[in-house]
Amino acid sequence: MLKRSHYENPILPYLLISPQMLIVILFFLWPAGAALLQAFQISDPFGQGTAFVWFDNFKNLFETLEYRQSFLKTLVFSVSTALLSLLMGLALAALTNRILKIKTVTRTLLIWPYAVAPAMAGMLWLFLFHPTYGVIGHFLVSNGVDWNPVLNGTHAMVMVIIAASWKQISYNFVFFLGGLQAVPRSILEAAAIDGAGPLRRFFVIVLPLLSPTIFFLIVMNLVYAFFDTFGVIHATTEGGPGGATSTLVYKVYSDGFVGQDLGGSAAQSVILMVITVILTIVQFKVVEKKVHYNG
Amino acid sequence: MRPLAIIFSLLLVFQVANAETQINFWHAMTGDLQSALEALVNNFNASQKMYKVVPIGKGNYTEALNAGIAAYRGKKQPNLIQVFEVGTMTMMSSGAIIPIQDLLAEQKVKINWADYVQPVLSYYEDKNGKLMSMPFNSSSPIMYYNKDLFAKAGIKEVPKTWQDAYKASDAIVKSGAPCGMVVGWQPWILIENFSAIHNLPFASLENGYGGVNAELKFNTPAVVQNVEKLQSGIKNKSFVYEGRRSDPARNAFTNGRCGMYLDTSAQISAVKAGSKFLWGAAPLPYNAGTKPQNSIIGGATLWAFKGFTAKENKGVAEFIKFLGQTDSQIAWHKSTGYLPITLSAYKKLKKEGYYKENPEQEVAILQLTRTKPSVLSRGIRLGGFTQIREIVEEELEKVWAGTATSKAALDSAVERGNKVLQNFAKTVK
Repeated sequence: MLKRSHYENPILPYLLISPQMLIVILFFLWPAGAALLQAFQISDPFGQGTAFVWFDNFKNLFETLEYRQSFLKTLVFSVSTALLSLLMGLALAALTNRILKIKTVTRTLLIWPYAVAPAMAGMLWLFLFHPTYGVIGHFLVSNGVDWNPVLNGTHAMVMVIIAASWKQISYNFVFFLGGLQAVPRSILEAAAIDGAGPLRRFFVIVLPLLSPTIFFLIVMNLVYAFFDTFGVIHATTEGGPGGATSTLVYKVYSDGFVGQDLGGSAAQSVILMVITVILTIVQFKVVEKKVHYNG
Repeated sequence: MRPLAIIFSLLLVFQVANAETQINFWHAMTGDLQSALEALVNNFNASQKMYKVVPIGKGNYTEALNAGIAAYRGKKQPNLIQVFEVGTMTMMSSGAIIPIQDLLAEQKVKINWADYVQPVLSYYEDKNGKLMSMPFNSSSPIMYYNKDLFAKAGIKEVPKTWQDAYKASDAIVKSGAPCGMVVGWQPWILIENFSAIHNLPFASLENGYGGVNAELKFNTPAVVQNVEKLQSGIKNKSFVYEGRRSDPARNAFTNGRCGMYLDTSAQISAVKAGSKFLWGAAPLPYNAGTKPQNSIIGGATLWAFKGFTAKENKGVAEFIKFLGQTDSQIAWHKSTGYLPITLSAYKKLKKEGYYKENPEQEVAILQLTRTKPSVLSRGIRLGGFTQIREIVEEELEKVWAGTATSKAALDSAVERGNKVLQNFAKTVK
């Protein structure tokens, strides 16, 4: 551990961290501060008439049914997306880990979707799911399902969840595969000798050993579903139909950029900021205790 | 090296001395429309040596407006910007622009306003009749119909009223087609234009022209009934919802699925290019027993930002004058389907027999000029109008999905929209 006396010049350490601090201030603290100030104001888009309104923006938000519903939609969307992509990633990693031939090729192919831009991923799934010209959509319709994501909010939500989680599967896959390969063979062999089948070995030995990876991925996936899925939603549903897929992040965009309600939009992003802080604290305090670190 | 350097610097001086004044023009036209716009600008640049207009595409309408706002706040605004009609109030009350009529007067550039199509001008005038921005691309909604599907369904006469349109729609579905009617830009057509055509208010205070304290009024019984009737058509597909704006609805029409398609006249060129069947165009339907008013326009106008020299503003004025010339208007109309906005351009086209060969191009013009605009059919002037449109889109989608009744959805749209208006009024002093 470094001691204070390590630096003879008392100013030097501050100088050394100043570039990093400058970046933090310039790109994080300043914009966040501006958003905080704007959340208490209403202004015309050109910023010529600005009025300080205290908590009016927040009050307005919570008075509108659409905003409260957006919370629920975000919850459904984020949890489903995280769960689906985690499960798929884990399943694919477990299967790939058992492959003996063409392992590298398989691995590379499974990582590919991560390189697809969110908007492209959205368009891709939109094409697949379209009721008239999409392969999956056509299959569903011809099998008697009244599939119509343009009109039906639940269908739209399902489509967005699948599109958003598809992209994240690759990311989870990489971490799970790494985690699986770190599981010591000797323990697995010992368990096998004791008569534990593959499923039992997976749940009793592999899963607990994977828990640090799982914990990390839950955090990352929730953050992804909360904040990074704008592109997917924008390309597939634009938050519709009837606001059915308008998550909190999407609402910040549509109210701020399309609707030019800068104060309301800033208030929403402040709320998001608070949610993120709470989420992070809860995850680290509560979840971490139950995680089993080895080594 | 020295002689070369001297020649080079001389050249540079010469260049500067001869430089044209550059006019930056931000627009929101893409694809074919962008090429048509650039052709127009090139014609202007070739027509004189004083000014050079530089067109810069900034994405779709919303994106272009946002780019303009950000640029003005950063003091990097363009001379001219194209803003869609719902952004009119935002621009007007921004304090960032020079009303086009003032700019032309300052620069002593004269334009014969009497030659312009009046409903187009009146949409962009303030309450004292001063023109705020220069109408550029203007369109009005019309009804496209598939002649083959009409014949198959045994429809002899193109429906003029909504009541006939509902019947025609049912007949089309009964004859085996998967969709009777589809609508693009639904807030604009089913609410804004529907209200104007039936001389019903969209908002109080003369649709907002009378001041910023206007309240929304568009949940009138006639509007509610029409939406309700269309909602009941969702079940047997006599009415089909495909998505927002134009593209999804137009595709459903051009691939031969839908019998009728209500959308902007600016889709004419795309329908022409995309359809492999016989089609025609007719005015929007109106309720039987009413005398239809003129429809209202959509599209965009050009706004002049503040903060430029007299020389630059003179260039802006000259460019605007050029756009109104008969040849510019005709070229723009023919290549895009947007309306010719001067009477001389319209008369010349008519004389040339253009509308005999292309009757669909005349439908919107006739509909727009069929009556003198009333205070309710002149247009709509509201702050936060983009947001209000979003709200209307959302609420209508709930109706089509069957999760809300027409009455409940439109009441809720009015209530939510009024909050937007109240917020806007607070920012205007």
